[in-house]
Amino acid sequence: MDWTALALSLRLAGWTVAILFPVAILMGRFLAYRNFRGKGLVEALVMLPLVLPPTVLGFYLLVLLGRNSPVGQWWQSLFGSQLVFSFEGLVVVSVIANLPFAIQPAQRGFEAVAVEIRDAARCCGMSPWRSLWQVELPLAWPGLMTAMVLTFAHTLGEFGVVLMVGGAIPGETRTIAIAIYDRVQGFDDRSAAIMSATLVAISLSTIAVTFWLSARVGRRLS
Amino acid sequence: MTLAVMARALGPIPLDVAFRVAPGELLALVGHSGSGKTTLLRIIAGLWHAETARVTVAGKVWTDTAAGVNLPTYRRRVGIVFQNYALFPHMTAIQNVTAAMDVADLAEAARILDLVNLQGLADRKPAQLSGGQQQRVALARALARKPQALLLDEPFSAVDRATREKLYAEIIALRQHLAMPVVLVTHDMNEAQLLADRMVVIAAGQLVRDGTAAQVMADPAALRALGIREVAVMLPAVVTAHAADGLTRLETAAGPLFLPGVTGPPGTRVKVRIMAHDVILSRARPEGLSAQNILAGTIARIVMGQGPAVMVYVDLGGQEILARITRRAADQMSLQPGDMIHAILKSMSVARDHIALTPISATGRTNDDD
Repeated sequence: MDWTALALSLRLAGWTVAILFPVAILMGRFLAYRNFRGKGLVEALVMLPLVLPPTVLGFYLLVLLGRNSPVGQWWQSLFGSQLVFSFEGLVVVSVIANLPFAIQPAQRGFEAVAVEIRDAARCCGMSPWRSLWQVELPLAWPGLMTAMVLTFAHTLGEFGVVLMVGGAIPGETRTIAIAIYDRVQGFDDRSAAIMSATLVAISLSTIAVTFWLSARVGRRLS
Repeated sequence: MTLAVMARALGPIPLDVAFRVAPGELLALVGHSGSGKTTLLRIIAGLWHAETARVTVAGKVWTDTAAGVNLPTYRRRVGIVFQNYALFPHMTAIQNVTAAMDVADLAEAARILDLVNLQGLADRKPAQLSGGQQQRVALARALARKPQALLLDEPFSAVDRATREKLYAEIIALRQHLAMPVVLVTHDMNEAQLLADRMVVIAAGQLVRDGTAAQVMADPAALRALGIREVAVMLPAVVTAHAADGLTRLETAAGPLFLPGVTGPPGTRVKVRIMAHDVILSRARPEGLSAQNILAGTIARIVMGQGPAVMVYVDLGGQEILARITRRAADQMSLQPGDMIHAILKSMSVARDHIALTPISATGRTNDDD
């Protein structure tokens, strides 16, 4: 059992969720309430990481963030280390790879808040900010929670993109999914089985807790 | 605290309307669906922006496209009861009410819930309330905003007839607490006649008539816009006795009326809505007729329509009622203004919800304009 890899994966998933939570609220709300020219294109771009092979996504991110790219050089000048093949780089690619898992359910959640309810909030004297906190977030909560759980679970299992951009540096970029692959390559089936089972248990319990919480929210609303 | 509204727009519904509502006055915006009534409410609330609009309340400018003024909705002291109520489903009744307050005041919220007869239901979620109770919460929430204009958008359309009847009575009773201008949007002429002090008739976004119910009913253009089957007058009456057979005797200026389903102790002042197409006219006082109500009066005037019908305005001791009869019958009876006539009305033709307690009107306040 590679505890370091598991801890790394959980840390990566935690950071990804923490960064994507406000992004999901802003983007999901924007896409749910606004109609603008090119909305379809934006939605397609958000969904793209979902349909691209992880290797393709990983390749482009490697090019985008690599040592010779403007982003990579900027990072290098700022922190004195390269962005790819580091934990920070993994967080960046994980955030991008998880955009559809975070934004799509959040958008559905905000779309579930009827326009009359939002109008009523404004007529109750609520500023946009107060309306978000008191009315929209509580009502869009099931969608937001789904978004965060999907993001968390998907990050734990992400393999292709992580391998392309992070490699398998122990304690830095070797996540549990990569570690399992390594053990299978090294004919250590027993360790691979234990780690796989651990990952299944964590993912399953996360989703079960979400479903239970969603049902509670559902009861609260009806 | 007068509300003055002017709006002109090209689309989606072409609009060209201007009207004023005095403090304490209840104005009904009537017209068919798609005539632009709800759009006008949304313009007042700042939820919709017309090309040209000016909305002022109590001398304060909420919207003025000419001057580039457009106060955001949440800065306007406006209370709205939406057609489907739009209550916050995750909040209890009392939380819905406090949500509309600048500073949550539970005691005040409880007082407002009492005012709309929701005692004991403060902790229920909207989904646990009946349609009528939800409407009351929506009204309480609108009042909690301390609005300078109260807007009611078809607030009775989503409840059953019996509940609607009860809610009408409650709104009428509540009127004495309402010092602000009230605008009621409805397509239901009965509702407008029962509840409103004045009506603005709108057809295809254009103002057809602005006046009292009697003035609207005397205007052929307004009648065309409303639909001729809706023509009716409100006859004031006083409850005098309830008979054992379920009929109630009401005294009117032209004699007694016997109607079913009237509540209220003797002495209660009511208004009875008499539909023009339910009234039969007779020169002689008929004998051996099943109809219980025969009121004697004189013909005030006869208005020809375009179709086979004429509208006869009958003066019953100072109160006019309308009878819609065929042109052929009017010719055969050779009816002329000034003729003595008997208006006959079946007791059963007056629907229960066409009788309302007289509003304790706030008209005393309507004159002290801002």
